[in-house]
Parts: sequence; structure tokens; C-alpha cells
Amino acid sequence: MREKHIAQIHDPIAVEQEEWRKRQIRNRFKQILTISSPIFILLLWELLSRTGLIDARFFPPPTKIVGTFIMMGTSGELFSHIGISLYRIFAGFLLGVIPAIILGLIMGLYSPIRHFLSPLIMALMPIPTLALLPIIIIIFGVGEVSKVVTIAGSVFFPVIINTVAGVVNIDRIYLDVAKNYGADSKNFFFKIALPGSLPVMLEGIQMGQAIALLTIVAAEMMGANSGIGYLIWTSYKAFLLQEMYVGLVLISFFGYLFSLILRGFQNKLLPWR
Amino acid sequence: MAAKISIRDLTKVFYKKGSSMTALQNVSIDVQDGEFVCFIGPSGCGKTTLLRILADLETPSTGDFTIAREKEDRPLQSMVFQEKGVIPWLTVEENVAFGLKMRHLPKNIIKERTSYYLNKVGLDKFAKIYPKDLSGGMKQRVSIARAFANDPEILLMDEPFAALDEQNKFILQEELLNIWSETKKTVLFITHSIDEALLLSDRILLMSSQPGRIIDEKVIDLPRPRNMEQVRADPKMAHHFSDIWNHLHDEVQNSRE
Repeated sequence: MREKHIAQIHDPIAVEQEEWRKRQIRNRFKQILTISSPIFILLLWELLSRTGLIDARFFPPPTKIVGTFIMMGTSGELFSHIGISLYRIFAGFLLGVIPAIILGLIMGLYSPIRHFLSPLIMALMPIPTLALLPIIIIIFGVGEVSKVVTIAGSVFFPVIINTVAGVVNIDRIYLDVAKNYGADSKNFFFKIALPGSLPVMLEGIQMGQAIALLTIVAAEMMGANSGIGYLIWTSYKAFLLQEMYVGLVLISFFGYLFSLILRGFQNKLLPWR
Repeated sequence: MAAKISIRDLTKVFYKKGSSMTALQNVSIDVQDGEFVCFIGPSGCGKTTLLRILADLETPSTGDFTIAREKEDRPLQSMVFQEKGVIPWLTVEENVAFGLKMRHLPKNIIKERTSYYLNKVGLDKFAKIYPKDLSGGMKQRVSIARAFANDPEILLMDEPFAALDEQNKFILQEELLNIWSETKKTVLFITHSIDEALLLSDRILLMSSQPGRIIDEKVIDLPRPRNMEQVRADPKMAHHFSDIWNHLHDEVQNSRE
């Protein structure tokens, strides 16, 4: 045993190998920690609920929620709610993001337009789109359009503000390079302003995505007869708390999924970072 | 022979509420076609301002300048910027092709010239990578290739090697001289380094501290091709060196008073 220890000290590769192995173990431990916190909470919840330490009517055990999820899934009712919510989120997201990017780039590049429009943006931004829902319904009716517009409105602001900031913060030297090498306004737009502002813009889109989820649930609670938000609200009112939890878990799942998808996009779109 | 660049009585004043600062005062210069001219002066003497005016990035307050156009389809000037002039979201190749693309040249010409100059600066293997993976010296090579590929009437260089370490500086100076001797472009080059100016120039213009004026010139007639060893060994160059050194010293002293 003692001899082996000495041998290790004399072999630098073996020493480093040992170090490396220790680092691997530490990393694996951290990974386990990351997974273990949600599992721990779920187990605790299950246990407390089953033993009656917390009220199972308000906090049904996770296994029961899973059971309800499967039941609702097999009846097909669940997927129509999910489908309609996803449709509203996507349509609203695009309707908000695309004009926000275009207008944001224009505002970033042309300072007179920026000075003219930014007070409007600043004044409108703090108003929650949800508070405008009654007006939106009066204008666009009770159908799908009003929900899509609500989402679009709430996504619009973080994206436009980040896009403008992204363009304004592009290092001056790149604008000088473009000007010196004779870039016309189209090239300024697509070769300098758009790629240069993209990192900050994508942060705004990430924020917009989170806000879109918050908004859809609230909007469907307030005025809809379908969707995940509607499911949560009606289940709550009928005291079907297991169904309500299914809705909440779905929202959490989609929020996480969208974040992952956008992160993936970010890495694809910014190979130069 | 008419001058390639002729600058007449150029003055630039920066004005801010209540106070003004004269960056350049009555600068008049004639530069011949194919001449390599270096500007040396203390910091803040308006060298960069002069170059930016010629690069059309700044407007003169009074006075004017002309750059003679030899070929109709050539851009008048291209600038090699101080460090960081390489655009990070374009690959090495796209950076070198940048000026040509902006001028909407035919694709085959863009491709041909880009690969020619990538090869010249030894970056053909790095054509598809992004600048984040390049060293400082390689980035400046991209900058130089971009300017030469654009085939302008004159080249403007604003301390392109200032941020590099000594070895890299020597290598890039020699590479620059190689490419330059092939194209014989007219070059205006700003530097802080006397050695660099002696190695590169046909003529060195000495500038005063603020407000910037041209106060002296040195004609460097050392035969080309040159290298740093020859510059260091030549007694005339040593004399020039100490002259320029004393001039800079005086100007820095003046600007403190």
C-alpha cells in the first residue's frame, strides 16, 4: 500500500489521472444534485400527502396527478386544450416579435425615428396587456384574434426595447468600417444592424417567450372557453384540483421546453460568439 | 506630375457648448502616387482626425482635399483600422470580401480577389472561421487583406500594429511591405513608433502637439526592399531617429505647459 503510494507520486501522469478522476466524480455529484432537488420535493409532497400531514384535497399526491393526466390524455380532451393554447402562443408570439424586430432595427439605426417613437413605447410599456383585454375584446371580438393580439402585445415590448438597445450598443467601429467600405442602407440593415444586435435581441425574445406563457394562461382564465388557462380556471372553480394541477404542470413543462428551444436557436444563430 | 493626394489648408475644430478645440490647423500636404507616407506626432495631435477626414468619416471645418481617381470603378480610399476593426459576425473570408460585396462586384471576381489576398496574408486555412478564434496579429492580417482586396486608389492605416507584440509587429511590417511593393498603392500610415516609420516610409511627416500642424518632414531614401536590421545599421537612419525622438520629446513637453 505504502509502496504504491510512492509509485504514484513518481509518475506525474498517474497523479494527474487521479486528479482528473476526482474532478469527474465531483462533476457527476453536481449533476446528481441538479436532478435531485425536484425529485426530493416530489417525494416529500407524495409522502406528506399520503400520510395526511398536508391536506390531500388541496395538495393531491403527484402520482394521482399523473394518473389524472393519463386519464385526461386518453379521453383526448386534454390535447385539444393544449393545441389551442399552443396555437395562440405561436401566432401571438410571431405577431408580436416580427414587427418588434423590424421597428426596433429602424429605431436603432435612425435616431430621429428613435427620438420620435421612444416616448410612446416607454408610456405604453408599463400597461399590462391583460388590463387592455376588455378593450381588445371590444375591438377584435371574443374569438381567437383577441387572444392572439393580447399575446402579441405583451411580447412586443421586451423584444423592441432589447432590439433598439442591441443596435445602439453596436461598437461604433463596425459602423465606421461599413461606412468606409461603402455599405448602402440595405447592407447596413442586414449585415451590420441585424447581426450586431442579435445577441441582445435574442435575450428580449427569451423574455417575451416567458411573458407570452404568463399572458396566455391569464387571458384564457379571463375570457375563453378552451386552452390550458381555461382548464386551470374551470377545474379550480369545480374544485377538481387534480385537473388544475395537470394544467399547472403543463405550463411549467412548456415554459421549460420553449426556453430550451430558444437556447438552441441562440447557439445556431450566433456561431461567432 | 499632379499629386495623388492634395490637402489644402485643412482645419478641423471640435466645438462643444462654450468651448472649442482645434484638432488640425492649416494642414497642407501633397502626396505623390505610390508614395508611402508616415505621420508621427504626440498623442492627441490630430493624426487620427486627419485620417478620418480623408476616410470620409469626419468633415473638415474649413479647407479641402482631393484624391486623384485613376480608374472609374475603384473606391477612393480604404482604411485599416486600429485593433477591433474586424467584424466579429463575419467569417475571415467574409471580412476580406466585405468591401467587394458592398460594391456589388460579380461573384467570381469577389471570390478570386478574396482568395488571392487570403493567401497573401497566409490565412487561407482560416477562411471559414470567425475572428474570435484568431490572435491579434491574425485579425490585423484580415484587416490588411480586406483593404488591399478592395483595390482602392489610396490606403489609410491608423496605427494598425499598435496593439501587437514586438515579434508580431516585425512580421506584419514585412508582410505589409511585401504586399505593398506588389501593388504600389499610395499609403498614409499613422504610427507612434519611430522604427516602424523609418522601416516603412518614403517620407515621414512630423506633427506638432495640439493644434496639429505639419512642422517638418524627413525623406527616407534607404533602398528597398528593406528590413529592420538595415534600418538599425544605417548611420543616417540613426541620425533621423534621434532627430525625430528629440522632436517628439519637445512636443510632448510643449503640450504639458
